[in-house]
Amino acid sequence: MQQHETPVLQNKKVGLDVYRMELFAPDVAAQARPGQFLHVSVHTKGRGSDCYDPLLRRPLSVHGVDVKRGAVALLYRVVGRGTALLARVKEGELLDVLGPLGRGFSLPPAGSRVVLVAGGMGVAPLYFLAEELLRFGHEVHFLAGARRLEELYLLGDLLALEEKRPSFKPSFATDDGSYGFCGPVTGLLEVLLAAVKVDRAYACGPRQMLREAAGVLARFGVPGEVSLEERMGCGVGACLSCACRVREAGGFSYRRVCADGPVFAAESVDWEDR
Amino acid sequence: MAKPSLSVEIAGIKMKNPVAAASGTFGFGLEYAPFVDLNRLGAVFVKGITRYPQPGNPPPRLVETPAGVLNAIGLQNPGVEKFVQEILPALRPYDLPVIVNIAGTTVDDYAFVAASLDGLPGVAGLEINISCPNVRHGGMAFGVDPASAALVVGAVREVTGLPLIVKLTPNVTDIVAVAGAVMEAGADALSMINTLLGMSIDVRRRRPALANITGGLSGPAIRPVAVRAVWEVYRALKVPIVGMGGIATAQDALEFIMAGATAVAVGTANLFNPRATVEVIEGLERFLVEEGIGDIRELIGVAHGERGAR
Repeated sequence: MQQHETPVLQNKKVGLDVYRMELFAPDVAAQARPGQFLHVSVHTKGRGSDCYDPLLRRPLSVHGVDVKRGAVALLYRVVGRGTALLARVKEGELLDVLGPLGRGFSLPPAGSRVVLVAGGMGVAPLYFLAEELLRFGHEVHFLAGARRLEELYLLGDLLALEEKRPSFKPSFATDDGSYGFCGPVTGLLEVLLAAVKVDRAYACGPRQMLREAAGVLARFGVPGEVSLEERMGCGVGACLSCACRVREAGGFSYRRVCADGPVFAAESVDWEDR
Repeated sequence: MAKPSLSVEIAGIKMKNPVAAASGTFGFGLEYAPFVDLNRLGAVFVKGITRYPQPGNPPPRLVETPAGVLNAIGLQNPGVEKFVQEILPALRPYDLPVIVNIAGTTVDDYAFVAASLDGLPGVAGLEINISCPNVRHGGMAFGVDPASAALVVGAVREVTGLPLIVKLTPNVTDIVAVAGAVMEAGADALSMINTLLGMSIDVRRRRPALANITGGLSGPAIRPVAVRAVWEVYRALKVPIVGMGGIATAQDALEFIMAGATAVAVGTANLFNPRATVEVIEGLERFLVEEGIGDIRELIGVAHGERGAR
């Protein structure tokens, strides 16, 4: 069963317009892999489960799990009416979620050195991935970029993780230079790849950033995976709304971000699809 | 009181209850197997199938609108050959009538797909899609003109003995005229309605929200339009109808049945509630019990004020 009525354990503002929500969902916590997502109804049970506006669920990537407590964390930014409704949900209310859905990141061979490239809210799934990679003993370089310091959403958590784990090496980039490297996070990626040999890369963030990251990775010959976003309907692979174009021998085909992704090989994505 | 009877028959297809999943919103059914017991559904209208594989439209293909969505998928499908070889066998284990939605850009295309599906085990019937608003050729172009619509249906009728349900577009001045023409041409029943042509603009980007510019509007927003269309056609022609357009609950389904639909299909509601079909079935049964009605067929068309409809 992939549909769950989950009690909200916590829904707390943790940044500018960013909230961290924790759901009690032991099955999801046990199954979810980094890069997978939950398709979340924004209308709480009882208060608005027969509400048709907004109509669709919101796909939110899993930000972390606590298997012992049966808890699943989501990190989301209020960008429209759906997420604004989510932000108002109170502890103890019930949310209907589908998941875990989609294909997550694939883990590298033992003893790898990897780089994670996060733009803006892209830190949400990549933080979960970093925890998993560290658990398996990989060396993790984490590059987090944002427009400005206030939008480096998990700065505190990333610095705390650095204290705890010597094999975790975060660096930061801001467009306005208010923290860390001044420039795009892909610039930071170039600096890193020029200095160290990296086995694999993982990226999540705005489309333009992903596209540039894929270009940098190709230049340095580093295989990578990107997590894509697209307007989503059903979330289970049926409606074919969330299409992204993937290169194939002799042309291209449209793949479903929800079911074939959201994680795709960086070199396979056809960035010219719009 | 005995358990009320929910079974109906439409176009010769026996359904254990009047609730189907609508084409385009339910994939090939299998995608929803983790969420609903497919054996409980009255029928499934699978995603539109064409003669050749179709890549579909560029993204964005979907935009949310008030109580609805606009979509422009563009009939992405693997083509009839792959459907027959790979998908149909996977559906056979289910006790579920599979109605294949067929589409094309020419009359020949429709006939080719229909002939390819004729006589295959596991195909209960065909839904002829002459109402897709999101493809450049064919599709809705056939459905807005009674003569063209009849031409497609007549060509399909010639090549298959399968039950034929014709899916009509609401984007016409006189839906009764199209309905009459396709029934005359050999249709056994009608599906109504397909999506309403619509458009949305992304004001930040100052561009149409959909790459296809226009799309088909579906969801609860269009329900009154659909109920009206079913009402008009039933009133004028008394033909068997599968009612659809914004059905999310049993109440919604009952509106269609009382307007004249023999069966209903749940579409966009599957997107936000994967259990919508089953919930509608359960709600219909509850309604019959509460109202002391023994057979759902007693309710078909009752809003017209006639007793004991078909």
